[in-house]
Amino acid sequence: MAADPPIVALREVGKVFANATVALDGLNLDIRHREFVSLLGPSGCGKSTALRLMAGLSKPSSGTIEWSPAHQIGPGRSGAVGFVFQEPTLMPWATVLANVHLPLRLQRYDAQTVRSRAMSAIEQMGLAGFAQAYPRELSGGMKMRVSIARALVTDPSLLLLDEPFAALDEITRFRLNNDLLTLWQSLKRTVVFVTHSVFESVYLSNRIVVMTNRPGRVFTELAVNAAYPRDEGFRTSAEYAGYCREVSHALAAAMAVHRA
Amino acid sequence: MSTIDRQKAGREQDRPRAKLRFALPLMTLAVGVVIWDLVVRINQLPPYTLPSPGLVITTLAADWPILSASLLSTLTTTFEGLVLAFVGGVALALLFNQSRLIEYSFYPLAVILQVTPVVAIAPLLLIYLPQQAAVLSCAWIVAFFPVLANTTLGLNSVDHNLADLFALNGASRWQQLIHLKLPSALPQMLAGLRIAGGLSLIGAVVAEIAAGSAGAGSGLAYRIAESGYRLNIPRMFAALLLLSISGIVIFFALSLVNHLLLRRWHESAVRPDY
Repeated sequence: MAADPPIVALREVGKVFANATVALDGLNLDIRHREFVSLLGPSGCGKSTALRLMAGLSKPSSGTIEWSPAHQIGPGRSGAVGFVFQEPTLMPWATVLANVHLPLRLQRYDAQTVRSRAMSAIEQMGLAGFAQAYPRELSGGMKMRVSIARALVTDPSLLLLDEPFAALDEITRFRLNNDLLTLWQSLKRTVVFVTHSVFESVYLSNRIVVMTNRPGRVFTELAVNAAYPRDEGFRTSAEYAGYCREVSHALAAAMAVHRA
Repeated sequence: MSTIDRQKAGREQDRPRAKLRFALPLMTLAVGVVIWDLVVRINQLPPYTLPSPGLVITTLAADWPILSASLLSTLTTTFEGLVLAFVGGVALALLFNQSRLIEYSFYPLAVILQVTPVVAIAPLLLIYLPQQAAVLSCAWIVAFFPVLANTTLGLNSVDHNLADLFALNGASRWQQLIHLKLPSALPQMLAGLRIAGGLSLIGAVVAEIAAGSAGAGSGLAYRIAESGYRLNIPRMFAALLLLSISGIVIFFALSLVNHLLLRRWHESAVRPDY
């Protein structure tokens, strides 16, 4: 895996907003093919900003971002990046089916392809039977499933998730964590997952990037070498607890940097 | 219990209350009419001072050929004014949304047109425009602004993340307009339309009154002015009644349109609240 060129590489990336807030400064980060990377840090440390830069939704103020040409991604290449927002961000006026097939329709695929791919994404996320429902009729967890189905419908090489489960209850979040891992393993895609939960990041990722606050930059990286598939057994294991302790210490140290 | 079941249960609980909401105003109205009738009878008021409700209805039936032609004329103006106001208001809002420069240049003019009383503009319009066009312009001037203001609000409150999603998938400006901006703004557009319906009728009436004093005209407001000069008070009341009913019908028709378009997805329309 290490021999592969990174699918996205951020080099000395800085981002200053119009109100002079320095969100990122000197951020170096490589995302490699088929990795599950978590960006972990306190609120406002620029994790979401970094994710938006990787998606090509905004431009860095300094530094460069390189997308791997082999994976056909980068700005102007529609559909190679799937993005899941903090909120489900569904169109309330459209059915589940219409929400999921939106990316394909925007890219002007033919009606047959649009329908069949959208239906299979809906089934993949366990939403079969809800294709004609409207978002307001669904629970928070199911809305998030629709949002993930929409991100997967274009079969993206890179899936970016911005604290997608932060607003869900713990039981729903655990179930979605498991489903996301199953998807990642079966689809063999690259995932970048932004979170402020130590436990979630350890459970999901094979690499955790701990970030510092204002300006956001990488404090340290930790590998989680526990084998996949991970399940409830892993969640209650001593190994898991050990990783959580290690990551918690790293996070505390990262936040101490900011205070000093 | 699923969300849908709970909504159904909630709706059933609300049914007696919904009945009350229709029955109570009707009862108040009926009591008012009875009191009106009693006042006329007890004081033996002559019809040119205050006609009884019965006489107003009789006059309405007797004068129906004249009044129905006038009603049709006023309703046509109102409807044309409303359609033009909706199309014009939405088109202007879209134009303003495309370019800040255009918005800054023309929005204040729209505000000036709105805050200047239309009663004061109508006589001028009647000088420069043919009468029918002048009346229609008045209806348009008062009705387009709520559509413009509400649609602008709707277009500006598009979900930023959804806009990002559209950008991520390379949506064209046209796709953004059709699939994102217009549906997002639809509830506000319809709210504007509902206000515009009543205002369009007011605009038409104001212009007809202004035109009526100039001699020509055939709308309901003209009939009211004319009947006033002739002291035909029962016909004034009959015409007024028709105007009132027109206003109510327009309001309910537009509320129904609003409800039918939004009932599946917008919180405001989930209950039959119109």
